[in-house]
Amino acid sequence: MKSALKNIIYNCKQATFLIEKKLAGKITAAETLQLHIHLAGCSVCKIYQQQSILINQVFVGFNNEDFKLDEAFKKTMKENIEKEINKN
Amino acid sequence: MQNDTGRDITAEKLHSDPLSWVEKYADYLYGFAMSRLRDEEVAKDLVQDTFLAGLQQAERFKGNSNEKTWLTAILKNKIADFYRKRSSGGLKELKEKDAVQEQQDFFDADTGHWNEKYRPQAFGLEVDNPLLVKELGAILNECLSKLPGLWLSVFSMKHLDDLASELICAELKLTSANFWVIMHRTKLNLRACLQKNWN
Repeated sequence: MKSALKNIIYNCKQATFLIEKKLAGKITAAETLQLHIHLAGCSVCKIYQQQSILINQVFVGFNNEDFKLDEAFKKTMKENIEKEINKN
Repeated sequence: MQNDTGRDITAEKLHSDPLSWVEKYADYLYGFAMSRLRDEEVAKDLVQDTFLAGLQQAERFKGNSNEKTWLTAILKNKIADFYRKRSSGGLKELKEKDAVQEQQDFFDADTGHWNEKYRPQAFGLEVDNPLLVKELGAILNECLSKLPGLWLSVFSMKHLDDLASELICAELKLTSANFWVIMHRTKLNLRACLQKNWN
């Protein structure tokens, strides 16, 4: 435990790894404690955590309706479908 | 309502009218593909492929499910095939090797501290401002389209399809350790890319 704690307290690479694991799955009680201690003393990783959550939110909030096909491509697709039907 | 005598042969044979597909579903399918791929060219290709595959399967379509749902299912398979293709073979190893290289730059190799260049800084963004969030979303899409295909597939299967990690690992033939390394690297890359382009 002691060395695990020491490992995490100063290790931002490990801390950000635990942040990701926590956000997308779950971490153990020991890992939760390690992360908690790290974040208490590391403002940079705290910013990372906020931004990581924000990225997830923006990613999931993607609005399908903002994307429309251009008419020319639609026309081509329609012609391809017609061609395919007439083959039979 | 359709009048029986006026039905054309196609509609009689099929429970579906492929000539109306583009008009009815093209935009929807494109949006769906874009959400998973964030790449306009690939998304367009897969929508086109979906319609052509739909035509071939149309005779088997009994009209007992919604046409839109049915076409979306075909598109989902096309996207999964695309992910698999991008994540198999030597390409994967190459990309993972690049990623290791890149990740070493984020942190000091000995101490695990942030390297100066990549140290997170506040975006100065009010999250309740929808315009700014939208702008951030546009930059995020660009950052996403630069990710290796395998990473994007892992990331979107996790967050958009909400699949369990075990299922994603099985689907993409990843170990659990690999899965988490990819999730970590993906986020580090996206965050750095946003910071670089947000200002």
